[in-house]
Amino acid sequence: MSSDDVSSLPSKKVSRKPIYSRFTQQELPACKPILTPALVIGILICLAIIFIPIGLLALSASENVVEVVDRYDDACIPSTNQKVGFIKDPATNKTCIRSLTVPKKMRKPIYVYYQLDNFYQNHRRYVKSRSDRQLWSPKSESSTNLCDPEGQTGDGKPIVPCGLIAWSLFNDTYALSKNDAALQINKKDIAWRSDRTHKFGPNVYPKNFQNGPLIGGGKLDENIPLSQQEDLMVWMRTAALPTFRKLYGKIETDLEANERITVTIQNNYNTYSFNGKKKLVISTATWIGGKNDFIGRMYMAIGGTSLVLAVIFSLLYVFKPRPLGDPSYLSWNKNPQ
Amino acid sequence: MNGEREMPGRRKQKLKWSKLYTFSCLRASADDSAPADKLLGQPGFSRVVHCNEPQLHRSKPYKYSDNYVSTTKYNVVTFLPIALFEQFRRVANLYFLLAAILSLTPLAAFNRVSVVAPLVFVIGISMIKEAVEDWHRFLQDRKVNSRKVMVHVGDGLFVRKSWANLVVGDVVKVSKNEYFPSDLLLLCSSYEDGLCYVETMNLDGETNLKAKRSLEATLSLDEETAFCRFKATLRCEDPNPSLYTFVGNLDYNQESYPLSPEQILLRDSKLRNTEYAYGTVIFSGADTKAVRNSTRSPSKRSRVERKMDHVIYLLFGMMLFISLVTAFCSAIFTNDADVKRWYLQLHASDDSLFDPNNPTLSGFLQFVKALMLYGYLIPISLYVSIEVVKVLQAMMINNDLAMYDEVTGKAVEARTSNLNEELGQVEMILSDKTGTLTCNQMEFRKCSIEGISFGGEVTEVDLAASRRMNIDVERHRFSLDGSDSTARSIEMFDLSTADGSTEKEGLGLNEGGKGRNSRISISDKERRIKGFNFRDGRLMDKMWIYRSNVGEMVMFFRVMALCHTGIPVDDKTAYEAESPEEVAFLIAAREFGFKFCQRTQSTMVVQELDPMSGMEVMREYKLLNLLEFNSSRKRMSVIVSNEDGEIFLFCKGADEVIFDRLSEGGRTYQQATVMHLSNYAEDGLRTMVFAYRKVSVSEYERWSSVFAKAKATVCPERDELLENACEMIEKDLILLGAVAVEDKLQKGVPECIDKLAQAGLKIWLLTGDKKETAVNVGFACSLLRHDMEQLHLSTSNELRMKDVTEEIMSQLQSFNHVISEEERRDAPFALVVDGKALEHIFRNNHLCQHFLSVAMNCDVVICCRVSPKQKALITRRVKEHSGKTILAIGDGANDVGMIQEADIGVGISGMEGMQAVMASDFSLPEFRFLERLLIIHGHWCYRRISKMIVYFVYKNVAFGLTLFYYNMLSGVSGQELYDDWYMVMFNVLLTSLPVIALGVLEQDVSSDVCLQFPALYKQGQQNTCFSWKRIIGWICNAVLASLIVFTLTVSILSPSALDGRGNPADIEHIGTITYTCLIWTVNCQIALIISHFTWISHFLIWGSILCWYVFLYLYGALSPARSGNVYHISSEQIGPAPAYWATTLLVVVASLMPFFLHMAVQRSFFPLDDHIIQEMKHSKTDVTDSPMWLREQEKSKQLTQVGYSARVDAKIRHFKDQLHRKRKSFYLSVTNSRH
Repeated sequence: MSSDDVSSLPSKKVSRKPIYSRFTQQELPACKPILTPALVIGILICLAIIFIPIGLLALSASENVVEVVDRYDDACIPSTNQKVGFIKDPATNKTCIRSLTVPKKMRKPIYVYYQLDNFYQNHRRYVKSRSDRQLWSPKSESSTNLCDPEGQTGDGKPIVPCGLIAWSLFNDTYALSKNDAALQINKKDIAWRSDRTHKFGPNVYPKNFQNGPLIGGGKLDENIPLSQQEDLMVWMRTAALPTFRKLYGKIETDLEANERITVTIQNNYNTYSFNGKKKLVISTATWIGGKNDFIGRMYMAIGGTSLVLAVIFSLLYVFKPRPLGDPSYLSWNKNPQ
Repeated sequence: MNGEREMPGRRKQKLKWSKLYTFSCLRASADDSAPADKLLGQPGFSRVVHCNEPQLHRSKPYKYSDNYVSTTKYNVVTFLPIALFEQFRRVANLYFLLAAILSLTPLAAFNRVSVVAPLVFVIGISMIKEAVEDWHRFLQDRKVNSRKVMVHVGDGLFVRKSWANLVVGDVVKVSKNEYFPSDLLLLCSSYEDGLCYVETMNLDGETNLKAKRSLEATLSLDEETAFCRFKATLRCEDPNPSLYTFVGNLDYNQESYPLSPEQILLRDSKLRNTEYAYGTVIFSGADTKAVRNSTRSPSKRSRVERKMDHVIYLLFGMMLFISLVTAFCSAIFTNDADVKRWYLQLHASDDSLFDPNNPTLSGFLQFVKALMLYGYLIPISLYVSIEVVKVLQAMMINNDLAMYDEVTGKAVEARTSNLNEELGQVEMILSDKTGTLTCNQMEFRKCSIEGISFGGEVTEVDLAASRRMNIDVERHRFSLDGSDSTARSIEMFDLSTADGSTEKEGLGLNEGGKGRNSRISISDKERRIKGFNFRDGRLMDKMWIYRSNVGEMVMFFRVMALCHTGIPVDDKTAYEAESPEEVAFLIAAREFGFKFCQRTQSTMVVQELDPMSGMEVMREYKLLNLLEFNSSRKRMSVIVSNEDGEIFLFCKGADEVIFDRLSEGGRTYQQATVMHLSNYAEDGLRTMVFAYRKVSVSEYERWSSVFAKAKATVCPERDELLENACEMIEKDLILLGAVAVEDKLQKGVPECIDKLAQAGLKIWLLTGDKKETAVNVGFACSLLRHDMEQLHLSTSNELRMKDVTEEIMSQLQSFNHVISEEERRDAPFALVVDGKALEHIFRNNHLCQHFLSVAMNCDVVICCRVSPKQKALITRRVKEHSGKTILAIGDGANDVGMIQEADIGVGISGMEGMQAVMASDFSLPEFRFLERLLIIHGHWCYRRISKMIVYFVYKNVAFGLTLFYYNMLSGVSGQELYDDWYMVMFNVLLTSLPVIALGVLEQDVSSDVCLQFPALYKQGQQNTCFSWKRIIGWICNAVLASLIVFTLTVSILSPSALDGRGNPADIEHIGTITYTCLIWTVNCQIALIISHFTWISHFLIWGSILCWYVFLYLYGALSPARSGNVYHISSEQIGPAPAYWATTLLVVVASLMPFFLHMAVQRSFFPLDDHIIQEMKHSKTDVTDSPMWLREQEKSKQLTQVGYSARVDAKIRHFKDQLHRKRKSFYLSVTNSRH
C-alpha cells in the first residue's frame, strides 16, 4: 500500500504556496505605544500646559467684549392681560423708548442684535418651509411646494419669498441715539457674503408677500431685490436652538463708558402668545466671538482637572508603584492554586 | 498438498483467498434470502435496475437521477430569492428594509438615497460573498464530477467517462486505488473468487480493509469482452442512507440470486489490494448511500456574532425607548403649540405629523419617524464592515506561510470566513484519530526478544524529564551561595540517577541537546525505510547472528515473516496486507534478513539468512492452516511445515491472550517481556507478542480432522466449533518475545497538543478504531500518561438492555465517586469509553447527563469504536450540555457529521479524501497547524472582532444620541442637526476605514508571544473582550461622549457671535461643528484602543479626519442648489472662526477624557495579562531577563494536565518523590544504625 500513496501524490500536487509579503504575514513594522504611568502623567501635564493658557486667552478675550443686554418685551407693552391683543392690533402705537448705559468703552464695530427666547426656529415644519430655488432664480418663482401653508395666496399666485420662515420675518425696529444725536445703524453686510451673492437673487423681487388673510411678521419692500434684503437673509438662516440672537446691524462709531443710549423700539413682533422674551443686545466681538466665558472656563476646567489628575497619579505611583511589566500581576501569579 | 496448478496466462496472479480463511468469507446460506423475497416489490423496495442496459433508465418509469453530485446551496434561478431571504432573516436588515420603504413615504427622516444606498450596499456585499462561496463549492463539485472511470459502451469496449455521465445500469471497471464513482454491484474482480478489498475510511473511518465478494454466478465476467452479452435484472431497496444493509435480488440467466451488503461497493470507498473490479451502477448521484448520509452543511454563526445580535436587540431597545420619549414629548408639544406658536401655523392641519387636532396620531407618526431618525443607533454598516474584515482576516489566514505544508503543497484554507473569531474561543477539541493525529502508517519501532529489548531503551519522556531536572538543579545551584553548592551538586547526581532507566541519558546530558540533534541528523541522512524506524546495532546489518541465542531469534523472525496475510508486490520489495501493522512486520523481517518473497495458494517462500553460514537461502514453507485474526480471538496463527517436514505453529497476538496459552517451559522470558511491554505501551506503541510451538505430525493430523469437520459443519454452532478446534492447537506455546510498532503520528502532533492543552483546551479523541489502538495513540501523543487514572466505561455483551443501563449507571457513579472524593484534586483523570456503551448512554437522557458531567470532569476523554453518527451525536450532546465552543477536526467522510455539528469544523486536506474538507469551515494540511490557527489567528481574530464590534456600537450610539438630544431641543419635531450627506458619510467613509484596519491589523501581542504564552488564549475562552460588562461599559462611554460633545458645543456656540465678524452660529454651523467634534472623537477613540499601529492604521485614522475637512470643503464648493446652507460653510463661515477650532480641541479632549482615565487606571492598577506582556516586551525584559521570561512561560502552563510538558512535569514529580523517599529511608537507616 505504501507505494500507491507515493505514486498518487505528485499528480495532485498543485502548489498553492502563498506569496511572502510583510502585509500578508502580518509582519508590517508597527509602533506599539504603551500607556505607561509616565506617559499618562506626561499627557495630563501636556494637556494642562496647553489648555490653561488657551483658557486664559479665551477668558481674557471674552472679558474684553462689552455686552449690553436689554429685555424689553414686558416693558414695551401696557401691563394688561391683553398682551396678544395689543400686539396683534395694527392700530396701536407700539413705539417704546428704552435707555441703556454703556458700562465700558466699546470699540467699533459694535453689533446690534435681537435675541428671541423660546422661539422654535429649528422646528422641522419651520426649517423646511422655504424654497431656495425660488429665492435665487425668478424662473423658479412657482416652485413653492415645500412652502406650505405659505406657498401660494388664496387665488393660487406664488408668494415670493414663500414659506413660514419668510412669512414670520422679525419686524421690531430699533433706532439708537446718543445724546439726542441719532446713532447710525448700518444694515449693510450683516448677512454672509455667500448669501448675498449666491442664494438670494439680484433680480428676484418680493411678490404677494404678506397679502394673505394671516399677517405673520414683517413686510418687504417689493422694489428691492432679495439680494439686498439682508434682514431677510439673516432671518432665513434658521437658528439651531430656541434661544438665539440675530444680527440687526452695526454701529460704526466707538461708544465711551457710561454713555447713555436711547433706543426707540417699534415693538411689532408677537412673542407674547408663546411667552417668548425679546432682548436687544449691543455687543462688541473679538476673535472668540461675542461674550463667551464658557469656552474659557471649560478650557480652564479641563486643564485644571488634568493637572490635578496628574498630581493624583504621581502620588499613587509614589505610594503604590507598579514596576513596568511586573510579572506578579500576571493572572497565573495572582491566583496561585 | 500438490501445490498450485499453473493457471493459464492472465490468471497466474490470482489467489483464492476464500480457501485460506477459516472463519469469514462464507457464502451466504440459502435461508438468508427469505426476507428479501418477501420485501421486494413492497413500498421502499421497488427499485429495478437493468444491468448493462443504461439506456432503459433514461425514460419512464425509472428516471433515475444521474451521477452528478451537487453540494451547492443555490443555482442560477434560486440564488436571488433564497439569498435575499437569508439576508432579511437578520433583524437589523429587516429593520433597514422597513426604514427604506418608509423613506419613500412623506414620513422620511432623511433623503431616500441615504437610506436605500447603504442597505443595497450591505446586502449586495453579503450576497456577493455568498455567491463567491457557492461558486467555489460548484468548482469543487465539478472537480469531483469530472473524475474519470472506465465504462462499458457495448461490444466489450470500455472507454473513460467522467463520473457525472454515469447512468444506472452502466458497467464500470474500477482499478486499484480508485474510488467507486457510485454505489455498485460487484460483478467480478481480479481475484479468482471474486473477492476484492475496499477501504471505507471515508465512509466510516475504519482503517482496516474490508473484503467484498461477488456472486458466484457472475464470476465468469472477468474479461472486458464478456460484457458483450451480459444482461441481468436487479430488484432492490430504494435509495436510503444505511451503510450496512442492502436487500436485493439479481435475476441472471433465468435464475434469481439474493444479494447482501457483501456485493455492494459504496461510493467514496476505495478499491485496495485488488487490480480491478467490475461492477454495475445501482444507485447514482444523489441516490448513493454516501450522499444520502451527508447532510447539508448548516450555516454556522460564531458566538460573538450571536451575542452581537443581543447587543443589537439592546440597541433596538434603546432606540425604542428614546423613540417613545420623542413621540410622547412631540405629542405634548404639538398639542400645546397649536395656538401659541403662531409662526408654525399648526392649525393649518396640512401635515399630520404636526396636527394639533389629532396629537395622538401625530405622536404615533413621530414615533415611526423617530425610529428612522435614530436608526444610527443600529450600526447597519457594522455587518458590512464585519464581512469585509472577516474576508480580509480569512485572506491573512490563507496566506500564512507558517501554515503552508511543503510536502502536499497545500495551505490553510478558511472556507468560510464567518467563524474567524470563534477560533479564539474554542474550549474543546474533538479529534478524529486516523489521518488526523496519525498517518495511518505503521512503523516497526522496538522488539523484545527473549527478554532483551532492542531498539532504544529510554522513553522520550524520561529523556526530557531528566534533561529538565538537570537544568532546574543547575539553576538552583547558581542561585545559592557557594557553601551549599556541593550539597546541591550531589542532589543533582541523585536526581539524575533516581531512575535506573534514565541513568545513561541523564549523565550523558552534559552535551545537552547536541547529542540528540546529531542523532537525529544521522537518522535523517540514513536511507529512511518506510514503515521501519528501528536502530539497534545489535540486530541490524546481520549482527544478530553473532548473538548466543540464535536459534530462538530465527524463530522470532520466522513468526514475523510467516504469520501474516500479506502478499509481496512491486517486484517483491513492498507488501500488501489487511492491516498496516503486518506490512511493518514484513518490512522489518526483510531488514533482519527474512525476506518474504512469494505466496501461492499453499506455499510461502522466504529468503532467509542462515546464521550458521551467513548466507541467504531460499526456503519454502507449506502453509497448512491459517487461523486468522478477529477481534474476539485477538491472535492469529499459521501452521506451516518446513522442507524437513517439521510442523510449526506460529502465533502472534495480544499479550494477555498469548500469556494464557504458554506452556510451562515457555515462560522463561515472561517477566522481562511484560516489563518491556508496559514500557512500550507507555510510549504509545502498539505491541504484539510472538510465540510458537512445534507440532508433531500425529498431533497435527488428529487436529486437522477435527478442524476439517468443524469447518464443514453448516449450523449456528459452527463458529463455536471452530473456536474450540483452534483452542486445541493454540496451546503450550513458547514465548519468543514481543514487537512494538508505532502508529505513526503526523508531524508535530504531540507538540501541537501540548500547546493546545496549555492554552486551556480540552481534547477528546473520537475514533472508529478499537480501544487498544486508541489508548496507544493517546499515550503516543501525550494525551494519556502513566499516573493518570484511567476510567474505562464499557458494557458486557450478554446483558439485556435494562441491565446494561444499570451497569453503565453504576460505573458512572463509581467514577463520579472517584473523581469527587479524591483528595488529590490535581490528579488527572482519563475516561475511555467505547461505542457500544455510548449507544446505550445516548438512548437514555438521564444516563447521558450523568455521563457528560463525568466526562467534563475528566482531563481527557477517549471514545473508541464510535460510528460517524455517534461522533456527530457526541459533538451535539457535548455542545448542548457544556455550552462551550467546540471544534471538531477530522479528515474522512466519517467525520463529516461531527465537523458539521461542531461550532467549528476543521478538515484535514493533506489526505486525498475531500468530504471532510468540503464540509469543514477551515481546512488544514496537517493537524499541527491547528496550534497556529487557534492560538495566533484565533486569538487575534477574536480580539479584533470583539474590539471592532464594541467600537462600532460606541460610535453609532455616540452619533445617534446627538440626534436625539437635538430633536428634544427642536420642539421634538424630528429636525436633524446634521446635513443629510454628513450622515451618509459618517458610516460610509469617515469612520469606517479605521475600524477595518483595526479588524485586520490589530495585534495585542506578536505571534511569537502568542505561542510562548498559550495562556493568553484563555481570554477568548472567558470571553473577556466581549462580556456584557465590557459592552455596557462601552455603551456608557458612548452616552457620556455624546453628552459631552453635544452639550459643550451647544453651550459654547449659542447664543453669542461665532467670531469677530459678529454673526451668531446658525443650525448649519452648530451642526457642522458638532459633527467635526464627533468625527475627531470617534477616530481618536479608535486610536486609543489600537495597540499596534502600522502605517496603514495611521493612514486610515488620520486620513479619515482629513477626509472630513476635504469633504466639507468640496461639498461647500458645490453650487448652492446642491449644497444648500452648507454652501461655503468651511471657507467663509466657520473655517476662519477660531472658536470652531478651539471648540474642536476642547470637546474632543473632554469627550475622550473619561475613557483615557479608565484606561490609565486599569493599566496602572488592574493590568491584564496582555498588558503586562506588552510591557515586558516593550521594556525588552524578555531579552535582558530571559530566565524570568522563561519562568513566566513555565508558570503560565502549570495547571495543564495533558500534553507532553505536563507528562514531563509528572515524571519529574515522580523522580523527586522517589528521591525523597530514598533519602528518607537512607536517613532513617543512618539514624537507626547510630542508636
